[in-house]
Amino acid sequence: MNPILLAQAIAITGATVFPVSSPKLEHATVLIRDGRIVAVGTNMAIPTDATRIDAAGKWVTPGLFDGAGQLGLTEIDAVPETNEGNLRTDDVSAAFNVGEGINPASVLIPITRIQGVTTSLTMPSGGLISGQAVVINLDGNAIETMIVRSPAAMVMDLSANAKAAGGGSRAGVAERLRRVFDDAREYARRTTDYRKNEIQPLAAPARDLEALLPVLHGELPLVAIANRRSDIETALRIGAEYKLRLILAGAAEGWMIADKIAAAGVPVLVEPLDNIPSYDALGIRYENASLLSHAGVKVVLMETDTHNSRNLRQQAGNAVSYGMDWDAALRAVTLTPAEVFGVADRYGSLETGKVANVVVWSGDPFEFSTAVEHVFIRGREIPLTSRQTELLDRYRSLPPRY
Amino acid sequence: MRLPIPALVAAVVGCATAGATPQQPTPQTSQPTVVTSVDRPQYPSTYQRHANPPVLIRNATVMTATGQEIAHGAVLFRDGRIVAVGAAVDAPADAIVVDGTGKYVTPGLIDTHSHLGVYAAPGTDAESDGNEATNPVTAEVWAEHSFWPQDPQIPLAIAGGITTIEALPGSANLIGGRSAILKLIPARTVQEMKFPGASYGLKMACGENPKRVYQNRGPSTRMGNMAGDRAAFIQAEQYRHRWDAWNATKKGDPPARNLKLETLAEVLRGHMYVQNHCYRADEMAQMLDLGREFGFGIRGFHHAVEAYKIADLLAKAGTSASVWADWWGFKEEAMDGIPENAALVQQAGARTVIHSDSPSGIQRLNQEAAKAMYAGRRAGIEITRDQAIRWVTANAAWTLGLDSVIGTLEPGKMADVVVWSGDPLSVYARAEQVYNDGWLVYDRNDPRHQPRTDFELGQVPAPGRDR
Repeated sequence: MNPILLAQAIAITGATVFPVSSPKLEHATVLIRDGRIVAVGTNMAIPTDATRIDAAGKWVTPGLFDGAGQLGLTEIDAVPETNEGNLRTDDVSAAFNVGEGINPASVLIPITRIQGVTTSLTMPSGGLISGQAVVINLDGNAIETMIVRSPAAMVMDLSANAKAAGGGSRAGVAERLRRVFDDAREYARRTTDYRKNEIQPLAAPARDLEALLPVLHGELPLVAIANRRSDIETALRIGAEYKLRLILAGAAEGWMIADKIAAAGVPVLVEPLDNIPSYDALGIRYENASLLSHAGVKVVLMETDTHNSRNLRQQAGNAVSYGMDWDAALRAVTLTPAEVFGVADRYGSLETGKVANVVVWSGDPFEFSTAVEHVFIRGREIPLTSRQTELLDRYRSLPPRY
Repeated sequence: MRLPIPALVAAVVGCATAGATPQQPTPQTSQPTVVTSVDRPQYPSTYQRHANPPVLIRNATVMTATGQEIAHGAVLFRDGRIVAVGAAVDAPADAIVVDGTGKYVTPGLIDTHSHLGVYAAPGTDAESDGNEATNPVTAEVWAEHSFWPQDPQIPLAIAGGITTIEALPGSANLIGGRSAILKLIPARTVQEMKFPGASYGLKMACGENPKRVYQNRGPSTRMGNMAGDRAAFIQAEQYRHRWDAWNATKKGDPPARNLKLETLAEVLRGHMYVQNHCYRADEMAQMLDLGREFGFGIRGFHHAVEAYKIADLLAKAGTSASVWADWWGFKEEAMDGIPENAALVQQAGARTVIHSDSPSGIQRLNQEAAKAMYAGRRAGIEITRDQAIRWVTANAAWTLGLDSVIGTLEPGKMADVVVWSGDPLSVYARAEQVYNDGWLVYDRNDPRHQPRTDFELGQVPAPGRDR
């Protein structure tokens, strides 16, 4: 990146600004310099060297943050050569950090960010303990420049998908998990014995057990995918037993025990438009995000279709349509995911000192009629182009222009 | 949360289309089609309109899908037929009057591509009835023979404003079988749902799916796909000739009946619409030529993510393109999907349809149409609101050959009507009332009109109720 460009100040002026961490401001300015937000407010003096973006009538929010998906880890679902998010070697893959699987050149990244998503969790899938998820910015030509936090969370699956890891029973899954956690502690206590081969066989490879220690020490959050009410309760039970920093994901039947989840202080990642009943969650329904939110649960919204992470806006709009407060929905796609994944000191709101991930919208970001007008990631203005805009330009009129 | 959703969809599901210009099945509202190989009833529709009082919805924004959007308009329907649409309609004494203040009214939405009932929830192997993946050509199977009316996804789609669907076999096969055109209503049997007089569709599939599923026995290539289609229609030509000749005289023993060829012969006779799952532009052009080789049109390409590359060819052939607003990338042949696809097809003068192929997407076809409309507008393609509504109503009706019966709000059309809480092209609007042939099948504010399937009773909590 060009340091001269970064040093330049950018002033987005006259906008309706949603800092998220504080009430919205009318006719306000967001000032960006050196990749950071240096001021947000009204009646602000604009530095003479600043590039001005007149945003009168526009809405300005933090860049959207998708709380799920596999951006950078998948190019074409049906082509295994292009997928990096699923380690098939073992059902306990705690040492597997997806970071080095990320492809900064993925065509999904420009396609997603020009629709206002600037930041995403990118997560492993499959098995019982899938591995470590990281938070990335959707800009940068090297993995190091994209990664915001690594690891951001450990991911485990308590849904029906993971039953094989428990020998075909949910009770087996719970038992297996406890054995893995207990052995991780055992390994930590007796690493020397392990090295001398003076220890019973462990429930998982030593590297994976070691990778679980930050989880068991409460330093690294554990995302638990669970949809059936009883599975959510199992996750809460195990979380309490081992004093884990639990995050629920999916939580399709979470609305049934919203008060209990709220009391446990466990945040939930919800996909609002998920409502197709299966034996994993017969009680799945559109109102889940709203009911959890109103019960005081910290809700993060997600779009799990990685190719359409850009539809996080639509997910949020539908959450509102089914009862979630609009402000809560905006928070659930900006500041709350930043908090849940431990990057709220730098991301998720428009505040002095935060990283300048900023989007200028023509109106309500959740509405289909709204266009993205400017996207900044770490203060860099992102060109609003992608492989899809190039295809559009080629075929805008027929025959195409080659 | 179920990762990765699109891969599952891509692996299982597929699509098809129906014939265009040369010979088109004519929409019929009374009795099913004429001359097939055999002269006997075949699983006839037992659909019956429910008796309902007339309804007048007034003071609403009426989106007719005929080019008009009437502010403070009214719609009156009686005995399953729309009677009047306009700025001022008098309420008959016996009419139920619905106050549409702040609300919008559209025709019932139509999904040209659904696997409801054939890939029913809860989605176990027991409900996996969409792909007869035992042979690349299974023209002999009929989707209605798989269709489960107790699929709990059906009430969800009704609550999204859907009144008619085409339920299709999957896309594992080159020729997957007959589709079923269904009124989306609570029913015990699929026969009660069969759209009276609707012509069947024939599901065909191009590209990756058939050649992947049959890679060990063939076809294993795209050229193998084409050869498989052609071989089937060559047989069908002979079969049709034998039967047509026998039918002319009825002398001697009739030719042996062959279910597979019987269906394909119906396509050749122009009695059945070809609905063709096809992603890539170059393959769609091949399929149009295949139709020309055998004298039938392709009524619609489905999934058509590259339709925008050959929109001029589609316009010329009179073939519609059923597309998603923005799905892409789940397999290689879906890599070139762009959000402006629908708008570019419209701009070229071909018929755009937004379809779902998904039990989730079918619940918000209006939203998908809105996304595609605004994507087009942002690219400078002036799509009107009426055109966007037509993508999920009138154009879909045409694709199914039912455009004279459903798809618009006009006097004489079937009373398939949706009342929306607000602008259906906004993310915040929801279907509030859904009338199917004049029957209030769904009312968001009245639990007496929120149908539940047998499957849900006692195991899926009713809205607003815990277990």
